Amino acid sequence: MAHEALPVLAPAAPEMFLAAAAMALLIFGVTRPNGSARLISWLAAFALVLALLGEFALGGERRVGYYGMFVTDSFSLFMKTLVLLGSALTIVMGLKYNEDRGIARFEFPVLILLAATGMMVMVSANDLIILFVGLELQNVALYVVASFEREGVRSPEAGLKYFVLSALSSGLLLYGISLIYGFTGTTSFAALATLAAGTAAPGIGLIIGIVFVVVGLAFKVSAVPFHMWTPDVYEGAPTPVTAFFSVAPKLAAFALFVRFMIVPFAPFLSEWRQIIVFLSIASMALGAVAGIAQENIKRLMAYSAIGHVGYALIGLAAGTEEGIRGVLVYLSIYFLMTLGAFAVILSMRRNGRMVEGINDLAGLSRTQPALALALAIFMFSLAGIPPTAGFFGKLYVFLAAINANLVGLAVVGVLTSVVASFYYVRIVKIAYFDEPAAPFDRPIAAELKGVLIVTALLTLFFFVHPGPLIGGAKAAAASLFLR
Amino acid sequence: MILEAIVFYIFSAVVVGAGVGVIAARNPVHSVLFLILAFFTAAGLFILMGAEFLAFILVIVYVGAVAVLFLFVVMMLDIDFERLRSGFVRYLPVGAGVGLLLLVELVLIFGTWEVAPKRLSSVPVYARARLTNTRALGDILYTRYVFAFEMAGLILLVAMIGAIILTLRHRTEVRRQRIAAQLARTPKESVEVVKVPIGEGA
Repeated sequence: MAHEALPVLAPAAPEMFLAAAAMALLIFGVTRPNGSARLISWLAAFALVLALLGEFALGGERRVGYYGMFVTDSFSLFMKTLVLLGSALTIVMGLKYNEDRGIARFEFPVLILLAATGMMVMVSANDLIILFVGLELQNVALYVVASFEREGVRSPEAGLKYFVLSALSSGLLLYGISLIYGFTGTTSFAALATLAAGTAAPGIGLIIGIVFVVVGLAFKVSAVPFHMWTPDVYEGAPTPVTAFFSVAPKLAAFALFVRFMIVPFAPFLSEWRQIIVFLSIASMALGAVAGIAQENIKRLMAYSAIGHVGYALIGLAAGTEEGIRGVLVYLSIYFLMTLGAFAVILSMRRNGRMVEGINDLAGLSRTQPALALALAIFMFSLAGIPPTAGFFGKLYVFLAAINANLVGLAVVGVLTSVVASFYYVRIVKIAYFDEPAAPFDRPIAAELKGVLIVTALLTLFFFVHPGPLIGGAKAAAASLFLR
Repeated sequence: MILEAIVFYIFSAVVVGAGVGVIAARNPVHSVLFLILAFFTAAGLFILMGAEFLAFILVIVYVGAVAVLFLFVVMMLDIDFERLRSGFVRYLPVGAGVGLLLLVELVLIFGTWEVAPKRLSSVPVYARARLTNTRALGDILYTRYVFAFEMAGLILLVAMIGAIILTLRHRTEVRRQRIAAQLARTPKESVEVVKVPIGEGA
């Protein structure tokens, strides 16, 4: 009777640390009197930074643990850096908002920590089972934080909506996984890759399985036509949660998407490319057109996110190493400018209350010139106007698409970004040329100010020294194509 | 062998009968009781197949938790089951049609199913090792799949935290019994001795 050997645990050490830290903070929070939310938030952010250091200590070398179910490589290091930074920054950025709204409770950072654990597992998943449990850990935590403002009307509605639709998509994903398992007899990415490399064309059952998984993942990254939940959830959830939603989980789901398509199924590129191309074109078009009529800035950011997912998908549709590098560069720049834009939105307070209308920004340049400048930088970057970082993000994915003979896709991308730039530039116009509305409260919270300054500078001066990011993305993309 | 066959047919008949009972019973409580009977007999069928772990789980989880929960719901909620069932005859043709379609599809799928005999002898390591399947599951669940297992535990933890956060309300107007506070009382602060003049007490 053969017993299994002990699994290799080391590659998942940061995840284990993060889960343990979340539980420790939970116990700490329960035993302390009310009002310790700020302390626990900072501790949680600190734990996230420690986990990030742990990831750096592991390095970008390929390590496989838990019988091949869990993998760390340059790709996971790159994406985990973004995910952990995004989670830590959103915890810190939300401090003031949560206190104003009376929802500053210590469970919030704990839930974000647990969601971050799930996201790290998603990024490192090398097996369909691990993919699913990581995704579900993240999802369950997200349902709760979306409805965190439980006394309000819209926040529980957003949470419920997200829960129902996301559960449906998880069901589709699971069905796809079961089909893949049924038709191949394995859930391991490595075994699937061997199998895919050895067959000329996949069987119809396997294709249907892949399509179901793609549908589930497209929902998680909010690609059209599986985007319906995004605007409502973005608008209804508390603003720090919206900032979190639009950064960390999106990047983690994208990492999962890329790994799932490339590692096992790269040989079937010609089979799945058309699906990705469709998702990409539909997302870019809807993101560009639907954003025009929005009056609520959180809703606008939702459509903006949908559009940006479309651009990032261009790189995946290319399916080459260059394309994946483009995706990674795009996602990191998206991360920067979205975080900055949400820092601006979180500073929109008037008489101690949050305002969310685009017209509330009117004349910002005269009341708060620095904030207006930061806003302008982020909006120009989101629109993709040189020399801001957003331009370079688009440049890399478009180049990859052209080199992969997807010229049409690149052309659609350019056209839609022209349309989309209308609503980004309109915000700048409102902030600079309209009659001033009542000024926002001052001063802006110190932690928001810090995020604003750093992201604005990085977005504006990215072109001066793009080397580290491009190099990191290149190494990360290359690690996916190692056989 | 003949005994196994007899037991199988008895159990199968009871399962089917109980299944019909679930939808045919007028009283919803009887429906749930029929459901429990169906679960128990299905567990018997599993044991007959040598899948004792599934049988335990069926009894513990479905009978012990799910069916009892159903019973609670049926008894606590005031649902007019008669009204819900009123359209039964009217929708019968549609339902029968859908059922027939599903049956045809299932036959089509399983009719083309081919079992590769060689695969069967190569795959199930644990079955050949003559372990009970509870032990075989335990053997891999806590080793090969320990990561997924622990993650599932974390998911349940998050679900619990979430349920508490979203529903727990500290109600201040409710008077609760606080035993520590009661025991800590002293005669000095609770009892007052009042001298009442004789003959003047009302």
